Amino acid sequence: MSDLQSQDYIRISASTLTPPSTRRYEDQVAKLIDTSRCIGCKACQAACMEWNNLRQEVGHFEGSYDNPMDLSPSVWTLMRFSEWEDEKGKLEWLIRKDGCMHCEDPGCLKACPAPGAIVQYANGIVDFISENCIGCGYCVKGCPFDIPRVSPVDHKSYKCTLCSDRVAVGLEPACVKACPTGAIMFGSKTDMQDWAGERVVDLKSRGFENAGLYDPPGVSGTHVMYVLHHADKPSIYAGLPDKPHISSLVGLWKGIVKPLSLMGIAFAALAGFLHWIVEGPNEVEARDEEKARDLAEAAAAEKLP
Amino acid sequence: MTRPPGTLVRNTTAARINHWITAGCFILLLLSGLSMFHPMLFFLSELFGGGQWTRAVHPWIGTVLLVSYLGLIVQFWRENLWTRDDIAWLKAIDRVLANQEEGVPEVPRFNAGQKFVFWSMALLVPVLFLTGLIIWEVYFGSDTPIEVQRVAVLIHSMAAIAAIIVWITHVYAAIWVRGSVRAMTQGYVTRGWAWRHHRKWLRRLVASGSSGPTPGHER
Repeated sequence: MSDLQSQDYIRISASTLTPPSTRRYEDQVAKLIDTSRCIGCKACQAACMEWNNLRQEVGHFEGSYDNPMDLSPSVWTLMRFSEWEDEKGKLEWLIRKDGCMHCEDPGCLKACPAPGAIVQYANGIVDFISENCIGCGYCVKGCPFDIPRVSPVDHKSYKCTLCSDRVAVGLEPACVKACPTGAIMFGSKTDMQDWAGERVVDLKSRGFENAGLYDPPGVSGTHVMYVLHHADKPSIYAGLPDKPHISSLVGLWKGIVKPLSLMGIAFAALAGFLHWIVEGPNEVEARDEEKARDLAEAAAAEKLP
Repeated sequence: MTRPPGTLVRNTTAARINHWITAGCFILLLLSGLSMFHPMLFFLSELFGGGQWTRAVHPWIGTVLLVSYLGLIVQFWRENLWTRDDIAWLKAIDRVLANQEEGVPEVPRFNAGQKFVFWSMALLVPVLFLTGLIIWEVYFGSDTPIEVQRVAVLIHSMAAIAAIIVWITHVYAAIWVRGSVRAMTQGYVTRGWAWRHHRKWLRRLVASGSSGPTPGHER
């Protein structure tokens, strides 16, 4: 999707080679979503649709503020609304802007079998390169956040690009630009962490003693972070994973299983070849034909009256 | 197919066609599957017209293979039933491998190695099909929870590798034991071949005056 140069790739899916590594002083970027300042206006959703030219088919009212009801190939970000009661029975309306978290260690990229279909830029953005995507859905299995969606029309996988095309030319993502309350901020990752720190202090002073930054270490941090009033239980925010990490099943499948399998296949073939040069073919000898003939003749003789 | 006089039918025409449909599917599945399994083998996807086509065609070939292998199961299951004799034969496997088959227990239509290949595939093919259905993105991509898909894709890849190793054993055995390839292409073997490798089968055919493959089920 992006115009960033291939020399900015620091991770490339399905590649056993070292990506271009000369450029290494690029600032890591991050988007900070402050759930405590979000009013659920969906301006970010609209801006995302507009900038990326996405139009989800109009659906039906499902009795929820969520609209549309889920991410899709043409819904890359989505406000998710949760009604949550604390221990004292006080109702809180939690609103979380869902979308790709741009993991520092991306499970989608790890799972992807198509070379160059998923890349990570030096600034940390994880991007899907559609021309290389084969539509297998492995990224869906690799993602700890249930984000990628494969289009049934063109069989390509889609998700938020963090507006990599805008970021590449020094603009902030469309959702950030549109946010009317400053709930979505964008900048260098360290700046965003600092800013989040201030917000957390402020929230704590207002009684949200468990306020904190969501930058999960299980995926080596993310380039989309949340300020949560209840950082001790992220899952109350419409199922945000408490401790996201790349599934150990995916780790096995994309880790040790791959080299062991190729070795197993190579070993089987080699064993066959060795047997061939040591023992050689097992050929029918003249003696076998004679014995068989004797057997047949004996049987024929028995049948004679 | 004209069969030289005195030879025995090892595999009927139906069995051979059935076998080669399965074999063709297996090889195509192996190439397309490996291309999606390891980055260094992704180039194999070019054989199918690129990654998108490989992804699209792989499950369909798998479906054909399942049906085809079911045909092989129907035709061969009875003669592949495991018996005590198979254990005795396995105990003499070192002599078999050394091409010294004298003194090795006599073998009926299939030996323990062939039965192992048959039953391994009889297990692996349905496992591959079912796990493959779960990860068939186009049709069933959203029918199961993601965690189930992760389990399925892991089992699918490991079962596929097991099947490939079994397949290598099968192919090598066919090359090693001379006359076996012809038994599956032209369908016949000489009596001497049967004497050497499947003496019990030969005795049964001779005793009943049958030309194979099974008394009462010729051709």
